[in-house]
Amino acid sequence: MIPAEFEYYRPKDMAGVLSLLEEHGDDARVMAGGHSLIPMMKLRMADVPHLIDLQDVGGLSNIEINSDSIHIGALVTQSDIVEHAGLADVAPILREAALQIADPQVRYMGTIGGNVANGDPGNDMPGLMQCLDAVFTVAGADGERQIPARDFYEAAYMTAREDDEVLTSVTIAHPQGGYAYEKQKRKIGDYATAAAAVQITKEGGTCVSASIAMTNLSDTPVYSEAAGAALVGTSLNDAALSAAIAAMWGDIDPTEDNRGPIAFKNHVAGVILRRALERAWSRA
Amino acid sequence: MKDDITREERVDNLKGMGCSRKRVEDARFTQGKGNYVDDVKLDGMLFGDFVRSPYAHARITNIDTAAALEVPGVLAVLTAADLEPLGLHWMPTLAGDKQMVLADGKVLFQGQEVAFVVAEDRYAAADGIELVEVEYEELPVIVDPFEALNSDVVLREDLVAEDGSIPDGAHGPRKHPNHIFTWDAGDKEPTEEVIANAEIVAEETMYYHRTHPCPLETCGCVASMDKVNGKLTLWGTFQAPHAIRTVVSLISGIEEHNIRVISPDIGGGFGNKVGAYPGYVCSVVASIVTGKPVKWIEDRMDNLMTTAFARDYHMTGKISATPEGKITGLHCHVTADHGGFDACADPTKFPAGFMNICTGSYDIPTAYLEVDGVYTNKAPGGVSYRCSFRVTEAVYFIERMIEVLAIKLNMDAAELRRINFIKKEQFPYTAALGWEYDSGDYHTAWDKALKTVDYDGLRAEQAQRVVDFKAGKTRKLMGIGLSFFTEIVGAGPVKNCDILGLGMFDSCEIRIHPTGSAIARLGTISQGQGHATTFAQILASEIGLPADSITIEEGDTDTAPYGLGTYGSRSTPVAGAATAMAGRKIRTKAQMIAAYLLEVHDNDVEFDVDRFVVKGASEKFKTMKEIAFAAYNQAIPGLEPGLEAVSYYDPPNMTYPFGAYVCVMDIDVDTGVPEIRRFYALDDCGTRINPMIIEGQVHGGLTEALAVALGQEIAYDDMGNCKTGTLMDFFLPTAWEVPNYETDFTVTPSPHHPIGAKGVGESPHVGGVPCFSNAVQDAFRPFGNIHTNMPHDHWRIWKTANELGLHG
Repeated sequence: MIPAEFEYYRPKDMAGVLSLLEEHGDDARVMAGGHSLIPMMKLRMADVPHLIDLQDVGGLSNIEINSDSIHIGALVTQSDIVEHAGLADVAPILREAALQIADPQVRYMGTIGGNVANGDPGNDMPGLMQCLDAVFTVAGADGERQIPARDFYEAAYMTAREDDEVLTSVTIAHPQGGYAYEKQKRKIGDYATAAAAVQITKEGGTCVSASIAMTNLSDTPVYSEAAGAALVGTSLNDAALSAAIAAMWGDIDPTEDNRGPIAFKNHVAGVILRRALERAWSRA
Repeated sequence: MKDDITREERVDNLKGMGCSRKRVEDARFTQGKGNYVDDVKLDGMLFGDFVRSPYAHARITNIDTAAALEVPGVLAVLTAADLEPLGLHWMPTLAGDKQMVLADGKVLFQGQEVAFVVAEDRYAAADGIELVEVEYEELPVIVDPFEALNSDVVLREDLVAEDGSIPDGAHGPRKHPNHIFTWDAGDKEPTEEVIANAEIVAEETMYYHRTHPCPLETCGCVASMDKVNGKLTLWGTFQAPHAIRTVVSLISGIEEHNIRVISPDIGGGFGNKVGAYPGYVCSVVASIVTGKPVKWIEDRMDNLMTTAFARDYHMTGKISATPEGKITGLHCHVTADHGGFDACADPTKFPAGFMNICTGSYDIPTAYLEVDGVYTNKAPGGVSYRCSFRVTEAVYFIERMIEVLAIKLNMDAAELRRINFIKKEQFPYTAALGWEYDSGDYHTAWDKALKTVDYDGLRAEQAQRVVDFKAGKTRKLMGIGLSFFTEIVGAGPVKNCDILGLGMFDSCEIRIHPTGSAIARLGTISQGQGHATTFAQILASEIGLPADSITIEEGDTDTAPYGLGTYGSRSTPVAGAATAMAGRKIRTKAQMIAAYLLEVHDNDVEFDVDRFVVKGASEKFKTMKEIAFAAYNQAIPGLEPGLEAVSYYDPPNMTYPFGAYVCVMDIDVDTGVPEIRRFYALDDCGTRINPMIIEGQVHGGLTEALAVALGQEIAYDDMGNCKTGTLMDFFLPTAWEVPNYETDFTVTPSPHHPIGAKGVGESPHVGGVPCFSNAVQDAFRPFGNIHTNMPHDHWRIWKTANELGLHG
């Protein structure tokens, strides 16, 4: 658990970050809270000769709530999300999910930017962001560009962000209707055995829209458009729930690990999604 | 002279036995002022760390250290070839086997120590490790002990003669190259006969999985060889510092008086820190070679993967009974997976520890136990994780067999226990497998436990739950876990307990200072048990000086009297007895001093709390404080000056704490998630020295029991890769996963212990594991479950539900 030697940088602004990235290319990595990257470096599974700490870069730590959107800087911590005065009023699912990430000590350091940018399929925020149809802003030498969360994840630790780009913020429209973030884990601090993020709207007892994303059940988060579609126009009766779960099963691809075999994970994914849908529906 | 305080107040002022005295250790621990081995920092200190094998079984064809030696700061890289001229490339184990210190031509488990890199700092050592080039030739891997006994693959060529014959091992004949020993107890033929002719026989095969003690502080040491005066000082995480000193002397050839072993504060041991590890030997050698102090500290993965696992017992049981439920016989066979070397930490004559306590708390007339130890390509160890030598395995076995028998008899498991308990009037009771239980009152404890939890009410609620479940009203089942355990602790009588020939007595040395305070030193070492608090309480009651005026010191072999250390709940039964006995020697002399001062005959004074009083004239007295001063300033005819005593205590028997536990659990059959609704623990540890510390021990032991029962394991894949080498996958419960524990007690003093105490630190673990497991299994009993193996993590509970058809 001793990392190899590395150079440590703490630039004051994004221009400084980008120039270091340009200079060192693949040999450089940016770090926000460090809760994924530092253990990987200590295990010598990540080779990072140049480590660029974002902590002193200004303008990345704000939560802005606009009339129709929410803007969250990359350095906003999970704890900031839990504690923020107004955020839970407009997007309560963010707080519900953040409270299920790790433990308070980790939430004080772990950031939303690091959580979504790292591409770890175990992280909770990527699936949640897909559910909320969030847009990530990345900054590079040629300026900024926007990437939808639903297009961001390519494989485990592989994302649409280029090596010389930095994820700077997350933007989401105000979520509508009922919500739930349901997660099964072995213990506090564990990644999900299965987790489901759900936003759902209804009119007169009929589902108008449903957005569903699953966590740690593939090598990327899984936005299941088909599962949501199976619910629209229904009253979320048992047949509709079963159809949505069946559709979700078609989209996930879990692997066996110490949490259990594939059959178990599929089963639990169905149970968790059903519970998330029932809770979200009751809140819609 | 008159006192202005009452006798009751004088008792309170001592903070003696029975008082929930606050822990004196906590002032430093809660302020971050503890002094652990990694806090030891010496001038010029170097750091050593291991190149470890990525393979579970491989031949080593070459080790190239040249590139590593080029790393700035790397001073040396030791391999077996360097240790061989010193005869230190192998070392003896506590179990009579030998173990490679550094890989000698092959490796036998993943993570095995291959080379030791010595550097100026940890970073250089880690860089050096990366550059040591080891060429491996992979060999077939065996991770299953049954396969090992049927395989042509020989794991330990060193234990096969040139003609292919298999020499005897330390515990007798071996029947296969991968076989270590067969050990048995009890009467084979009579037991088989009873079972063959019984009307009712229940059989079960169960696997008590491999796990690990996982103390928060990992193992480590600092070795410092002073070449000027020839003295070696060794700081380390040693649960038995004197035994380590003797072992180091025997294997290094350094005279024992030139070795000083110091156990500083230890952050938990649970058996993990009993044995001797390659890190200790390599640090000593590296210090001798370099002339500088050398530190070695495990990281978490090193600890989980290489030093001292626990359990890994494959157990097959048969239990016979009359149709009314009276048990008539018990047969147990164990296939014990010991890994690549037999490094179990047991008393020498007990290669399977005290597994022969497996008749439990029951009056079983006939029994037989047979244990086969086997080599596999897993890490060595087999330590007693928060238990006395394999007692967790024994109690798990019998408490599961009782449940299995109850199912066979279609009987309530609580009632089955009750009709088979050893009765109060049968103590001292000699069990079929040889132990003499010193004392017990099981029926009283059991009745109290069942009444407190309203057992009948719980069973009624459970029956309703089954009805509701079948009617589709709930998806949660309810389990009621029962366990009644008898521990065997306080190893032990020198006549049958030794480790490497060292009798398992223990010791206490007391010096009373002139002003009426004292220091006492013991052969044990606290790893969190609170010895500095509780041993002072024993002494306070014995010698009448306040506990707050008594310093307890342990762990420095230059000052402490010889003892065998702390594990197996032996500190209170053995060193605690020595403390009381040494205190009584102090009191005997104090009585003579008091009589002299009071100008009466020795027999005319008697001890009263904190003083000696003239019999029948309690206004005439001398306090212990006054007596202490007199011991140093009066010339008393016939008495030497000073007030000191030492006692080496060889216990006449073990002590047998027991307890009654009940767990109520709700289980979500769809997710496999268990929720512990209630946990009640009644412990009888004899005389209670400090109720607060007992409660803390029970909470800790139960939490480790919960861990083991519900998910904690060291698991391997078929290639011998350890799958649970970090705390991500190795389950350590947090406050969130732990229920509220209700503690209770009865008091049945040990008749042979000077203060009647029995030891308690391990009871909750021993009794807790079967209680949690039985709760899970009981939930599924109405649906046909007989037995499922631990750990009961989510997916395995789900699997049980699935196989019973509960998922539709």
